[in-house]
Amino acid sequence: MSSIGLLLILTLYVSILFYIAHWAEKRSNSKWTTNPYIYSFSLAVYCTAWTYYGSIGVAAQSGLSYLPIYLGPIIIIPTWMIILKRIIRISRVNKISSIADFISLRYGNSRFLGALVTLICIFGVLPYIALQLKSISDTFNIVTNTQSSSNIFSDTTTYVCLALALFASYYGTKYVDASEKRRGIVTAVAMESILKLIFFLIIGIYVTYFVFDGFDDIYAKAVLLDSFDKKNTIGGLTEGINWFFLCVLSMFAIFLLPRQFHTAIVENNKETHIRTAIWLFPLYLLLFNIFVFPIAWGGNILFEGQGLNADTYSLLIPQFFNNNTLTVLVFLGGFSAAISMIIVSSISLSTMLSNNLLIPYGFVGSLENTSQEKNNKRILNSRKIAIFSLIILAYFIYRFFVLDYSLVSIGLVSFVVIAQLAPAFFGALFWKRGSKKGAITGIVLGFLVCFYTLLLPYAIGITSSSSAFLQEGPWAIELLKPFHLFGLDYLEPIQNAFFWSMLLNTMSYLAVSVSFKGNYRERNYAEMFVDIDKYITNHENAFVWKGTAYISDIKKVLQRFLGEDRTKRALNIFNLKYNIDKNITTADARFIKFAENLLTGHIGTASAKILISSVIKEDKISLPEVLRILEESKENIIINKKLTDTSNELKKISDQLKHANQELIKKDIQKDEFLDTVTHELRTPITAIRAATEILHDDDDEIPNELRKQFLKSIISESDRLNRLIDKILDLEKFETGKHKIYLSKNNISKTIKNTIDSVRQLINNKNIAIIFNEASEEIKAFYDEERIIQVIHNLVSNAIKFCPETNGEITITVTENNKDVAVRIHNNGKGIKVEEFEPIFDKFYQSRNQNVKKPVGSGLGLAICKQIIEHHKGSIWVESTEGNGATFIFTLPNYNTTENQ
Amino acid sequence: MKKILIVDDEPNIVMSLEYTFKKNNFEVFIARDGQEALEILNKQFPDVIILDVMMPMVDGFATLEQIKKDERLQHCKVIFLSAKNKEKDIEKGLSLGANLYVTKPFSIKKLVEQVQELIQ
Repeated sequence: MSSIGLLLILTLYVSILFYIAHWAEKRSNSKWTTNPYIYSFSLAVYCTAWTYYGSIGVAAQSGLSYLPIYLGPIIIIPTWMIILKRIIRISRVNKISSIADFISLRYGNSRFLGALVTLICIFGVLPYIALQLKSISDTFNIVTNTQSSSNIFSDTTTYVCLALALFASYYGTKYVDASEKRRGIVTAVAMESILKLIFFLIIGIYVTYFVFDGFDDIYAKAVLLDSFDKKNTIGGLTEGINWFFLCVLSMFAIFLLPRQFHTAIVENNKETHIRTAIWLFPLYLLLFNIFVFPIAWGGNILFEGQGLNADTYSLLIPQFFNNNTLTVLVFLGGFSAAISMIIVSSISLSTMLSNNLLIPYGFVGSLENTSQEKNNKRILNSRKIAIFSLIILAYFIYRFFVLDYSLVSIGLVSFVVIAQLAPAFFGALFWKRGSKKGAITGIVLGFLVCFYTLLLPYAIGITSSSSAFLQEGPWAIELLKPFHLFGLDYLEPIQNAFFWSMLLNTMSYLAVSVSFKGNYRERNYAEMFVDIDKYITNHENAFVWKGTAYISDIKKVLQRFLGEDRTKRALNIFNLKYNIDKNITTADARFIKFAENLLTGHIGTASAKILISSVIKEDKISLPEVLRILEESKENIIINKKLTDTSNELKKISDQLKHANQELIKKDIQKDEFLDTVTHELRTPITAIRAATEILHDDDDEIPNELRKQFLKSIISESDRLNRLIDKILDLEKFETGKHKIYLSKNNISKTIKNTIDSVRQLINNKNIAIIFNEASEEIKAFYDEERIIQVIHNLVSNAIKFCPETNGEITITVTENNKDVAVRIHNNGKGIKVEEFEPIFDKFYQSRNQNVKKPVGSGLGLAICKQIIEHHKGSIWVESTEGNGATFIFTLPNYNTTENQ
Repeated sequence: MKKILIVDDEPNIVMSLEYTFKKNNFEVFIARDGQEALEILNKQFPDVIILDVMMPMVDGFATLEQIKKDERLQHCKVIFLSAKNKEKDIEKGLSLGANLYVTKPFSIKKLVEQVQELIQ
């Protein structure tokens, strides 16, 4: 493929990424850009070009050794639920925007420590960025079949580098507040993560199933190679130890690499996104590793003895088969992996560089300007320049140092350097005694060891064992051999450096921390970091400070960076949160911490402290005093909590009382209504009887015989009605007061239903109603009072008959059973019941009180009694209906046949 | 011949009233609820209306309100006949413009007397 062609494709590809970033930036609150999947995929910035190409190289040369780099993260990721959540919380409340902020703030907001961490990160990451550039350059040359150019201007990487520097400095510095989310970048990175995985899987499938005939085929052919056994034998205990150290190293890396800290913590929108990440991210790593081995050994088989760079097998194989499309796709995948890493790393490094090194050491003075715009512009420019120069610096490192090394070796060197932050970092999370002096000593000593055992040999380009420096140690002192320090001879160079630097680092961190106590500020932040869950809602409370400070002075400082409006808004929020009178002129500790936080995102923790300190007067405070104040504030929090609890309790009780009272009033009204209705219902038949009797009495002689009979008949039926009514009222009353006893016995529910249907057969036939009774396939037995349940079914069936339409009436009865209960459903195809009547329909006299329905032919107590009976059986009764489709009355009885209810 | 409209949803009560008023030379119309009553009142303008209160669809009170709106029915005497015998029900009935409020159960003989008194 021609260089121009590939460059065009690259330009197109990069433009699409720019567009995605641009699109996402505009939709920064949409669910397309702020969701757990984007978050999880953006974490896959972990997989760089080194993963993409280097793993294959390692697998081709030394078998399974490529795995520990992925095993480490997979092992540690489950703990994210606790650890990462904690880091995110600390970072959120303190507006932390980088790992340098994080570590320096914990150790007393130390300017020096912040700068040290920044330097370590730059040392560790710049070669790593250079490595990505190298991979772009190498692979570009392979795809285009050109030689790497010694002329800077004809090296395509130069232009790629410039484009990236522009992209990163534009999108990476959209906001002055570095703790703001950069949705554009994150979405673009997530997209690239998806693409690089897909392209990698495609080449994997191509090699495994198209070039070869599946995994078995590759294995069968690879076994025949000379080196197969040697490369794929796990070498006992010593290799086990080497594996172990690599796993630990990568565990640290997943927390500490600036780009991981940035995507996992600074760009985290919701703590709950971690829940998705802890399964999706390991799955991603797993998928990435499926085809590493087949590609590597497929390459070994195809190119045996040709001495090609195994790192690039994934390009060489499709090229070997003249598959241009696939070659370009693989190239784009690797390119994605490289540029994601470069962009995210350079943004986070530049934030550190400006907030933890440039501004606090010098720049801060030039930010005295009272104009917010000028200050912000200056900050942004400093970051832009930082990003730009970092990438360019990386470019020169690539040009002059790393051209000769394999991808993996430089990557691991980078890991070891970054790992020097581990003791101080994890100490910050879990150990209150850890001190600034301890952290500094640990990091410096660890770095020195690391420098001696790794950086030095690499920098002077002597990794071959022929060098006297490596073979015999400096001045021929055996114990000082860099790769076998102190006679430890079974570790490989990386593991050796990691082991010794970490040992010295951790030991000195612990020892110095225990021997020299930190100052009060360190202790204060230790409290806030370790007990973050306690202080999460009002962490300003945990900040200890004594002295005199005026709100107006601090306000002026804030305005210089936030502008007038934002400062005012922020102050209002603060006053509201802590219920503070806005006329108060002196600032307390909470306000000072709040103001520092506001500035932190703009200029870093150290500079924020410097600026705020310059306008306030702080009194000396002793460590014991800090501890006492912290203890008090802790007690206050507890007492406050107890008070709130008690007051909540009281409120709950008073609410309950109020509720009970309302309930009683309601009951009283209900009782009155009930009595009213009862007397009305009783008077109606009496009225009819009285009228008929009066007529019979007064004009006995004149009434035609037939009419007389009718009057007498009405007296009989109204008397019966009266009697039924009295019976039902008494019935209901006895249920309600619990005088009615239910006599449970084992009965066959289908039989009961059949008997009941028989008793109303006449009514059903009169109305020409079809009755369908679906008996359950098996005999269903339940425990119930048969007489009462007959009463219920009779009532429900009678109602169903009443509500069936005049023609084509249909009643369906079904019985079903599950573990919990036995259910009887009685459906009629009448006009149905409105939703709002589903419940009141079971009230006493509901129908007669409701003026919207025809006066019932019945007492108006039937359903109320049914409900009582069913509830006494510990079952339930309800109605379901969609208007026009009839109504279904359902009642359930507990199923005592199963153990559950016994 | 005087005309009377009986509005009640209890057939047995209606039966007694119908018999008695017919015997006393009234032309009797019967409605089972307020709605039916208003339909009849569109064509017929009775001298007396006997109205039950608790009825489905349109109750007695609402029916009276409608009657009062109709010019043609201004001369009608209205008697409520109800089992609701509370002070406030009676007051409400009379305030709506009924001439009489008779509580159930009632004496038929006395009711006829009262009706005749009203229309003289």
